[in-house]
Amino acid sequence: MGKTITEKIFETHLRDTPSPGNVVLGIDVVMCHEITTPIAITDLMERGMDRVFDPARIKAVIDHVTPSKDSKTATQAKILRDWAARHNIKDFFDIGANGVCHALFPEKGFIRPGYTVIMGDSHTCTHGAFGAFAAGIGTTDLEVGILKGVCAFKLPETMRINIIGALPAGVYAKDVILHIIKTLTVNGATNKVIEFTGPVVDNMSMESRMTLCNMAIEAGGTCGVCLPDRVTAEYLWPFIKDEYPTIDAAADAFTRWHSDPDARYAASLTVDVSKLAPQITFGYKPDQVKDVTEMVGTRIDQVYIGSCTNGRIEDLREAAGILKNRRLASGVRGILSPATPAVYAQAMTEGIINIFMNAGFCVTNPTCGACLGMSNGVLAAGEACASTTNRNFNGRMGKGGMVHLMSPATAAATAVAGHIADPRPYMNG
Amino acid sequence: MKEFSGPALFLDRNDINTDEIIPAKYLTEITKKALAPYILEDLKLEGFDPKSQAMAQAGVIVTRANFGCGSSREHAVWVLEVNNINMVIAEGFARIFRQNMFNCGMLALEMSGRDIDALFALGKEVTLFADINAGRLTVTGRTAEGGTREQSFSFELDAFDRDLLLAGGWLEYADKNY
Repeated sequence: MGKTITEKIFETHLRDTPSPGNVVLGIDVVMCHEITTPIAITDLMERGMDRVFDPARIKAVIDHVTPSKDSKTATQAKILRDWAARHNIKDFFDIGANGVCHALFPEKGFIRPGYTVIMGDSHTCTHGAFGAFAAGIGTTDLEVGILKGVCAFKLPETMRINIIGALPAGVYAKDVILHIIKTLTVNGATNKVIEFTGPVVDNMSMESRMTLCNMAIEAGGTCGVCLPDRVTAEYLWPFIKDEYPTIDAAADAFTRWHSDPDARYAASLTVDVSKLAPQITFGYKPDQVKDVTEMVGTRIDQVYIGSCTNGRIEDLREAAGILKNRRLASGVRGILSPATPAVYAQAMTEGIINIFMNAGFCVTNPTCGACLGMSNGVLAAGEACASTTNRNFNGRMGKGGMVHLMSPATAAATAVAGHIADPRPYMNG
Repeated sequence: MKEFSGPALFLDRNDINTDEIIPAKYLTEITKKALAPYILEDLKLEGFDPKSQAMAQAGVIVTRANFGCGSSREHAVWVLEVNNINMVIAEGFARIFRQNMFNCGMLALEMSGRDIDALFALGKEVTLFADINAGRLTVTGRTAEGGTREQSFSFELDAFDRDLLLAGGWLEYADKNY
């Protein structure tokens, strides 16, 4: 019987089987941010267990609220900062070098095919784009990860989603994943890994694959995963060039992780995207999705472009293509949060930051910011935001606010129109 | 080990998410106790009042499918714990929330849709008690005549999940075993 990529990763990382169906895996990378880690740190300190299993395999960043907005968030940042210094955690990213964890850590080359990755953040599933098993976990799992380098999982089943056809103009990875979540529902992939395959995925950049995997959790998925290939090898090349003679050799080596042709799946689904329209959410659940054409004209107060879903350079380019020589409609606020300093710098080099500023956008530092209503960009009650983020839960971006999830292109068109708009008429001109 | 019993609070909805259980703006707290007043503050459920007596007295939550979906925040478990709720009974849980419950030595009990329907049908003022060794959930309620009536349901607990409860949580278990 063949194995899926996830089964192969589990097999190579197995440390213990405490009971049938339950496994304890060795973890390659434990990632930490300042919201869920400080409580883990203080708890470990109180228990006299303030140790780390391997400082080189722990990565930490202050990203959710940065710069700190008040004494409480300053304290959280300080706890993380002091801990990183105390344990000689070299990959710690503070103000000036920090950015949204799920954009920053891939950029630094921390994630490799076949890795196991955990973080106290549900969107850790993003890193499955590299052919890794990456799962969001809670603070107790994080404590054990920090201390012992292990984590327990129930053996997950895999659901394969084969994405075929050709993406129409104006339709992106974000539209594909919103459409998939609509199909699966918010509970459809619970306790499952979603393996994204097919020609559409093969042709996607790493940025787009990360967008796809990022929202696996919104269907309940433990992880989203793409099979590592030449695109993966090209992205990682600066970090792996001493390990392989050529990019092709690296891509070849990555195939060891590919699911076998006779691997068993709990479910297989084919999605043809050839006729897909831009997608948008309308309620308080990420599976409440419609074609944008059904929502055109809906009132908007704020447009937010950023986050671990859509704050990468490709996303900014996509939005800038529409915003160029245009302005925010009056009465609408625009916020851009480039996901990392490198994205920000690249966007400056390409003139993208100017395009956003000329359009009337506020450009913030890299941060999770408005996405979960923790800092800059919180909505007032009754306000609505066109957002490139991943969650539209009640109160998510501020009590009483409404969030409509969409692609950067749809958000940009909406910014210009002043209400929800189809991006396609705004393209190429 | 914690006790898994108390008056039930019925939340008749699927997909109750972590942001409803504890909004992100309170994640800046660095003690579990500080979360207590904000339990279920943003829950979208007709007739539900997070400041009600039923909420204050609850020791167990009974709800539908996919409870705890969304964020990985263990705060969604801690806010229950500091409100003396050590057990949630549902038709299903989001993976991370469920793991966080057992990791804290708390019981996330999955029951069939039929059993959940039966629990909802028992009326609001009932007290639940889960015996994890016997695999039995006992429900005690009042009859119209003022007496008490009892009904029990059986459940199966995964061996590892039970070990986590017995150990008091994953950190305790892992420290002993790894």
